Amino acid sequence: MSTLKPITGAQAAAEAMRQINPDVVIAYPITPQTPIVEHFAEFVANGLVDTETIPVESEHSAMSAAVGASAAGARAMCATSSQGLALMWEIVAATPGLRLPIVMPLVNRALSAPLNIHCDHSDVMGVLTIGWIQIFCENAQEVYEHMLLALRLAEDERVLLPVMVNQDGFITSHAVEPVRIYDDGIVKKFIGERKPKRYLLDVDNPFTVGPVALPDFYFEIKKQQEDATYSAKSVYLEIGKELSKITDRSYPYFEEYKTSDAEAIVVALNSTAGTVKDVVDEMRDEGKKVGMIKPILFRPFPYAEMREALKNALSIGVFDRSIAFGAYAPLYSEIRNALYDLQKKPAIQSYIYGLGGRDIFKSEIRIAFNELLEGKLDSNLQRYLGLRG
Amino acid sequence: MSDKKGYKELEIGTILPPGSSLEYKTGGWRVLKPVFDPSKCTHCMICVVFCPDMAIPVTECQEGVQGKGGKVYKGLVRSETDFDYCKGCGICEVECPTGAIKMEREEI
Repeated sequence: MSTLKPITGAQAAAEAMRQINPDVVIAYPITPQTPIVEHFAEFVANGLVDTETIPVESEHSAMSAAVGASAAGARAMCATSSQGLALMWEIVAATPGLRLPIVMPLVNRALSAPLNIHCDHSDVMGVLTIGWIQIFCENAQEVYEHMLLALRLAEDERVLLPVMVNQDGFITSHAVEPVRIYDDGIVKKFIGERKPKRYLLDVDNPFTVGPVALPDFYFEIKKQQEDATYSAKSVYLEIGKELSKITDRSYPYFEEYKTSDAEAIVVALNSTAGTVKDVVDEMRDEGKKVGMIKPILFRPFPYAEMREALKNALSIGVFDRSIAFGAYAPLYSEIRNALYDLQKKPAIQSYIYGLGGRDIFKSEIRIAFNELLEGKLDSNLQRYLGLRG
Repeated sequence: MSDKKGYKELEIGTILPPGSSLEYKTGGWRVLKPVFDPSKCTHCMICVVFCPDMAIPVTECQEGVQGKGGKVYKGLVRSETDFDYCKGCGICEVECPTGAIKMEREEI
């Protein structure tokens, strides 16, 4: 039924792509995403997939070609990081409006300047408003499984939107872990074939893709896109249940770790969540009531469910691996928003950590938990973990 | 507004029938107008190829039309610019090898 393979997060994404067997993959190498396309190119060279790979001269062209292929009716995929995402932004923004189900692994890396190749979340946080579905992964296993889920979610007729599957640069993308890979036959049956209702290569039924829509139509088209984004919420759970039958794992909007009686809860994305769970275990042994929440589906954001999960906590610390300059940090904003409708709100504190790949240590997470337990918090001021004063 | 489809009825992904740009007449953008002098035209089709808006119609004409030097040109010939779509860019004037097109300010 499955095999355990010692692979990296990048390889896990490539393994999922091998089983998805897209018609077209177009990507431009960029650290730390490069190993995804390298491993996938190996599969192509060895004849393990039927994919056509197209070498292009930039990320802008990569996403443009992926859009063209997807509109033509192909299953098209791309992959990128940081500056690459920044360069392809124009087409990344057009993709959801065109309702093209392109799945793209994004290996999170700090945005320049200063130039830095290591992990933070400033790349993805800059594209949250344009309509891609966003899924975050703690480790290589989640990358593999979420890629499969993302593909089905993107291509579902009720959704038809592109999906980014995020993993932490180097920390996840380059570290080897045991990853359970499920049998090709079973996964391929789950994935199925893309069968678009309309596609450009259907020459008997010509139509127009990407026309101008002026003030008389643009608004309506964007409302359609918004509705599709919200409908992705229930479709995500539905497809997750189907995937559970193969993997025996569940696919909630967010992971709750020892939160049911927790007084202090830390909310953290991606690989940091793993470290936080270690600290939760240690502090639980000391009798402290602490817990952790790791958001997975980030767009659409599950506000009501998050509010329900956090309502009994006394204090909440939100860890952001990027700064929203001049505003509350991106994850902190969502959590703070989710709590607004509560009559009795928990105290909340914003923490910035790990910019440009700076490691976060258990001792620092412990400092945050202790502050949360002591209750000396200021919801208007962000604090910094691991910053030199 | 009310005669147009709302967001619940519109096809998703801005999918439209082919050739829908024909319904969008851009001639109103024009400031300068190409004035075509058939007596100087050799029907070489250079203006037709260069026109970015496909606004110069070409027709089959067996009896022929009179062009440069009083010569009769038969077969494919160009006719008057389609002012529903001509934006008045002036490329045809620049490209015409016989000076058969002159851009003039359009008075309303």
